[in-house]
Amino acid sequence: MTTSIMIVGVGGQGTLLASRILGSALVSEGYDVKVSEVHGMSQRGGSVVTYVKFGDKVYSPVIEKGEADIILSFEQLEAARWLPYLKPDGKLIVNTQKIDPMTVVTGAAKYPDNVLETLSATGVDLITLDSLSLALKAGSAKAVNVVLIGAMASKTDIAKDKWLKAVEENVPPKFKELNLKAFELGYNS
Amino acid sequence: MKRLYLGNEAVARGLYEAGCRVASSYPGTPSTEITEFASKYDEIYCEWAPNEKVATETAAGAAIAGARSFCAMKHVGLNVAADPLFTASYTGVNAGMLIAVADDPGMHSSQNEQDSRHYALASKTMMLEPSDSAECLYFTKKAYELSEKFDTPVILRLTTRVSHSRSLAEESERVDNGLLPYEKNPQKYVMMPAMAIKRHVVVEDRILKQTAWNEKEAFDEGINKMEINGGDIGVITSGICYQYAKEALGDKVSYLKLGCVYPLPVNVIKEFASKFKTVYVIEELDDYIESHCKKIGVNVLGKDVFTLQGEYFQSLVKKVVLGEENKYLKADIEVPARPPVLCAGCPHRGLFYALKKLGVTVSGDIGCYTLGALAPLTAIDTCICMGASVSSLHGRNKADPSNASKSVAVIGDSTFIHSGVTGLINVAYNKSNTVTIILDNSITGMTGHQQNPTTGLTIKGDPTTAVNLEKLAEAVGIHNVRVVDPYDLIETEKAIKEELTTDGPSLIISRRPCALLKYVKHNPPLEVAFDKCRSCKMCMKIGCPAISMKDGKAFIDFTQCVGCGVCKQLCKFDAIRNQ
Repeated sequence: MTTSIMIVGVGGQGTLLASRILGSALVSEGYDVKVSEVHGMSQRGGSVVTYVKFGDKVYSPVIEKGEADIILSFEQLEAARWLPYLKPDGKLIVNTQKIDPMTVVTGAAKYPDNVLETLSATGVDLITLDSLSLALKAGSAKAVNVVLIGAMASKTDIAKDKWLKAVEENVPPKFKELNLKAFELGYNS
Repeated sequence: MKRLYLGNEAVARGLYEAGCRVASSYPGTPSTEITEFASKYDEIYCEWAPNEKVATETAAGAAIAGARSFCAMKHVGLNVAADPLFTASYTGVNAGMLIAVADDPGMHSSQNEQDSRHYALASKTMMLEPSDSAECLYFTKKAYELSEKFDTPVILRLTTRVSHSRSLAEESERVDNGLLPYEKNPQKYVMMPAMAIKRHVVVEDRILKQTAWNEKEAFDEGINKMEINGGDIGVITSGICYQYAKEALGDKVSYLKLGCVYPLPVNVIKEFASKFKTVYVIEELDDYIESHCKKIGVNVLGKDVFTLQGEYFQSLVKKVVLGEENKYLKADIEVPARPPVLCAGCPHRGLFYALKKLGVTVSGDIGCYTLGALAPLTAIDTCICMGASVSSLHGRNKADPSNASKSVAVIGDSTFIHSGVTGLINVAYNKSNTVTIILDNSITGMTGHQQNPTTGLTIKGDPTTAVNLEKLAEAVGIHNVRVVDPYDLIETEKAIKEELTTDGPSLIISRRPCALLKYVKHNPPLEVAFDKCRSCKMCMKIGCPAISMKDGKAFIDFTQCVGCGVCKQLCKFDAIRNQ
């Protein structure tokens, strides 16, 4: 059995750190783990995706349409973009933040209305949270990623202390307290 | 203890454990992190070279001198390094030499989708291809043994999904055999016709020995693998495609996984194929293994049923081989594309705005600034390869001298050093009337902030001499040289206008550090006074990701804005102000 988690968002939102924390927590549970990320050009404000897979034995590092058990989306439009990658009975966790893509800024396209309502109408198991507010409460808008990891962590079978350790291992020491607080706020949301 | 290693990090660990002593590379996605991780080991001398040719020659020199050596590059970098590669294959090595080349199927961050395996074939250089991080580490170590055993450089071929995925690998101790003695041997190391003719004979003999090794020992030593699971389908594959095939087909088919893809075995392929009714070759990009199979008379299905383009994944394999597809959800939402953009505060933005406003033709180059080609800036006309901006503008203006007053070249600082400088020498030498603009952001940006010869710091962050671009230009014969701050729109536009009308070649250095550099101090974010905003959308013309329209008025996202002030200079109604 392989479990597949996708972390999607906009370049610069910190999806890579989130996948690193998730990867650490899973390795500490003794799973075979693969994490696939994309570096380089698409990081610059583009749509970014990280795949995390774990189980007894994982082969492909990539997740495709209809394969994800959980999608953790850092932004509404990205949740809609990647929805087809979710298993029909998978969980979609969405940060309510909206970031206009350049195609919308230039007027070439429109940011769709009522994204969350339309997603919900597909029957998907949808969980939403305003993680930007929670991140600001923790002390920095940059902690959105750790808030979201906290929110996802509460839906898994992995013990909370393993998650906290994974957060500590992957953030710079001087931001440890801030990130642990952000994790708690997400976990309890 | 096993832990998660990025594929590139595992290669670096392999270098360390194999006793590698010298590494020289030029950054290029998806290969960059190998050398960054390697530089954390004090036992390996590491450097960023100005380009891949220099890096490969440095590694070749170190190997001949008796040190296990390394260089890394992306696929297009191997084009630049092809010259030393082809002849290093003839000279062979003394201590082992490894060249890592990372291909980018799907072009996540590249200008083409070339398949580097052809280089192994063309240069007659042994090539290994790992499929996960554990193999990255093991194959790297093994490559040094093979390099010394067969007296050849060895290429380690990676692809984006191997380089940039994390999987478990286990580390062990470093084994350093020290420097091997160097003995003068012109017959082996001086490649002029009389000697090279004899070395070519050695190379052809070496290929026969390597092929024999790949038939048998490569299986015993864990480089190749055969998995016979019954059924009437066989799969021949290598690298990441093995992982996709295993995920899609599991134990329903049998596998011949080739870890050494040059020179390819013959007998073992014939023997494997003879067991099955249908044999698929599953390989991304070109029909490299497939062609070999067909050449040796083995009937396989390859590009007739698979594509030559983009990345493969498990669903493609499942669909082609089993005819199965996954079910998935769809929402009734038109999702706009989200292409990458220049970052908020990017110093290139002001320059591209000025170029667009002036309506000039722009020869572009490779780097973050290639994004200046996208809407709304749409300020770049061509982008071919590293350094091509300077030389192709020269060609453009020679083709039609009237272009000189309405065309410029833009090139980053690192790209200029890589291969723009030769183009600039040509401009001066051949009396060209061109305007070259160096976008000097004090770092190699696109690949994630690597030092280069203009930054004054080494890969380890130690101070070193820095190329003085102004003096360099002067020395090669460019006498109109000026420096502008691209945050200052008026000054930037004025400089470009003046140089376009000046006779003879000019160089403008658009100088401001990358906004993402840690040492760069930012101003507080700006905000829009809604009562003053007339919704003219002038501020939207620069394509800043921090600016959008909200309820009909311009709006600045404070989480992204770094207060560069470029938008403020565009607002005719003073609606943009400090918070």
